[in-house]
Amino acid sequence: MRIRDLSPAEFRQRLTGDGIRLAAGPFNCCLQSGIPEIADELARLYAHHPLADASDFTDFHVAVQPGHGVRRWVKPQARFVVDAVEPFTPLPRAQALPMLEWGLNWCVTAYCHHILVIHAAAVARGNRAAILPAPPGSGKSTLCAALVNRGWRLLSDELTLIRVDTGQIMGLARPVNLKNASIDIIRAYAPDAFLTQPVRDTTKGTVALMAPTRASVEAVGEWADPAWMVLPRYRAGSEAVLAPMGSGAAFMQLADNAMNYHVLGPEGFDTVGRVIDNCRNYSFEYSRLDDAIAVFDRLATEDAR
Amino acid sequence: MNLLLQAYRDPQSVRRLGPSQWDLLVRQARHANLLGRLYLRLQAAGVEDDIPERPRNHLLSGAQMAGEQRHAIRREARFLREALEPLGIPVILLKGAAYVAGALPAAQGRLFSDVDILLPKARLADAESALQLKGWISSATDDYDQRYYRRWMHELPAMRHVFRGSALDVHHTILPPTARLKPDAKLLIEAAVPLPDLPGVSTLSLPDLILHSASHLFHEGEPDNLLRDLTDLDLLLRHLARDPAAWDVLVHRAEQLQLAGPLRLALRYCHQMLDTPLPERVQARTRCLEGGIRQQLLDAMYARVLRPQHPSTADALTPLARRSLYIRAHWLRMPPLLLAYHLAHKAVLPARQETHPLSTEQVALPADVKKAA
Repeated sequence: MRIRDLSPAEFRQRLTGDGIRLAAGPFNCCLQSGIPEIADELARLYAHHPLADASDFTDFHVAVQPGHGVRRWVKPQARFVVDAVEPFTPLPRAQALPMLEWGLNWCVTAYCHHILVIHAAAVARGNRAAILPAPPGSGKSTLCAALVNRGWRLLSDELTLIRVDTGQIMGLARPVNLKNASIDIIRAYAPDAFLTQPVRDTTKGTVALMAPTRASVEAVGEWADPAWMVLPRYRAGSEAVLAPMGSGAAFMQLADNAMNYHVLGPEGFDTVGRVIDNCRNYSFEYSRLDDAIAVFDRLATEDAR
Repeated sequence: MNLLLQAYRDPQSVRRLGPSQWDLLVRQARHANLLGRLYLRLQAAGVEDDIPERPRNHLLSGAQMAGEQRHAIRREARFLREALEPLGIPVILLKGAAYVAGALPAAQGRLFSDVDILLPKARLADAESALQLKGWISSATDDYDQRYYRRWMHELPAMRHVFRGSALDVHHTILPPTARLKPDAKLLIEAAVPLPDLPGVSTLSLPDLILHSASHLFHEGEPDNLLRDLTDLDLLLRHLARDPAAWDVLVHRAEQLQLAGPLRLALRYCHQMLDTPLPERVQARTRCLEGGIRQQLLDAMYARVLRPQHPSTADALTPLARRSLYIRAHWLRMPPLLLAYHLAHKAVLPARQETHPLSTEQVALPADVKKAA
């Protein structure tokens, strides 16, 4: 059974009751909230995710709750709670939904050191994946959103999970976090994609979440082999240019974006090295999404030959 | 239901756990900061293959974090020596940093958020400026806290390195000078043991590490790590017991340092909760297993705080026990008038809760949090 099989009333009831238990890739998450207005958008963001069994092991027990005391009504707040602990100071209640997503990301980075966790988007064609590490302002999420609306499969928008034993990428297929101008760009580029209402004045500016495609979610259990490491950079007016990157520089890019590189020690070093050895590594400059997609499609077909 | 204590005491019992019990066990272990230690314990007991994959990932992650700290602490100790050695100030590690640098059994799966060092009170000002020159700065606290630490506490306000972000606590003794018990820090410093593989760096001697841990356990108002600290004590005591004569050294040392009281409680709860073996003569001499009405009250309180501080192990009396422990810890640390002044100040101007990662004992994450968002 999947989230889409629940009626809106049932979803809301479970969310505000014991919590919705769903499987996002390798993680079972229990999402709970005393803020019912996030229910409808949350249900659409996770529409295609399978429900997890209540008796099964849950990796993350998370909730967004209303503020304490007067902060329930006066300048209302949202609090992120993971298993009775609040790791962050509260945010305005209007940011409850993005806060839940950021909180889930935090859980992965804080609790999961059995895998290498890289701050990067990852998309796949079949079982071959492109990793897009993310310097701020690179347009990583925009490019990722565009690719998954043009036939690429979303593995992850924020956190790329790499198994240390096989070097494979485990997909999460969770919502894509779009910021500021990219919200309207993706609305125009993929009118069929579901985007939440924009939330203004967050620390990241205005944000909206895009639901992963159904195909991405339903294939999330198919782990992918890293085939390309592409460091994207948006530059207004530029042509789409793909330039090979030396493996030393590529290694540094990936290690620098690995959230738990230092925790994994030698295992982290070996895993990053293995990914770089198995990938063609590029830096990529672009301005028009259609051109960028064409470059990625060419990569996939050329390497297939 | 305290699944954590059951699994810790009897690793074989985890073979019988179902998925939802594993779920609870991992949550309790995370709240007690014992994920990594539990993993190593299950591994040593040969039941690693009986752990289902999902809980195993979480336990393993805890062990990974602790394993990484082995390297971090050695690096940090070298930086400290470089800062303090030119002034002839020794680097003496305490608590978690000492267990890990000294490769003691209590290092197993042990996470710590800061490095604690002890130095002579007369050199405190010199040490502080030398450390500041090398990049350690006093973390932002308000004027009240700065004054409070410098006048009444046994340590400087916590320091943090500007580049590495590593936290440092500089102690000049192991209990606040205002506390009723007054262990002589000079004795501790004289007995410090040099680390053979880290030149210029020492730790407290094993009996002193035990006594420091015991006094910390029973003068500390924050129960979150108390069960973890009790497992430290159990591991340290079992290590000490390799030499039967060392028990007498420990008991004598406790009397010499005015720490017989904390040692007595440490032995009592280690024996009762973790089956730490105690020779009969030690039981007789410390009377650690004897009772009385006052002792029963303490037992009822500690029975509640020496659990993982997770909602699943709390009962109706847990909040009262936590509150009483807080008051008791402060009562032991300060004379009544000062205590009244301090509690009044904290009631009117409570410390502001900063955004912080889940546990105080994890690697610094705030920068990563922003990255992930």
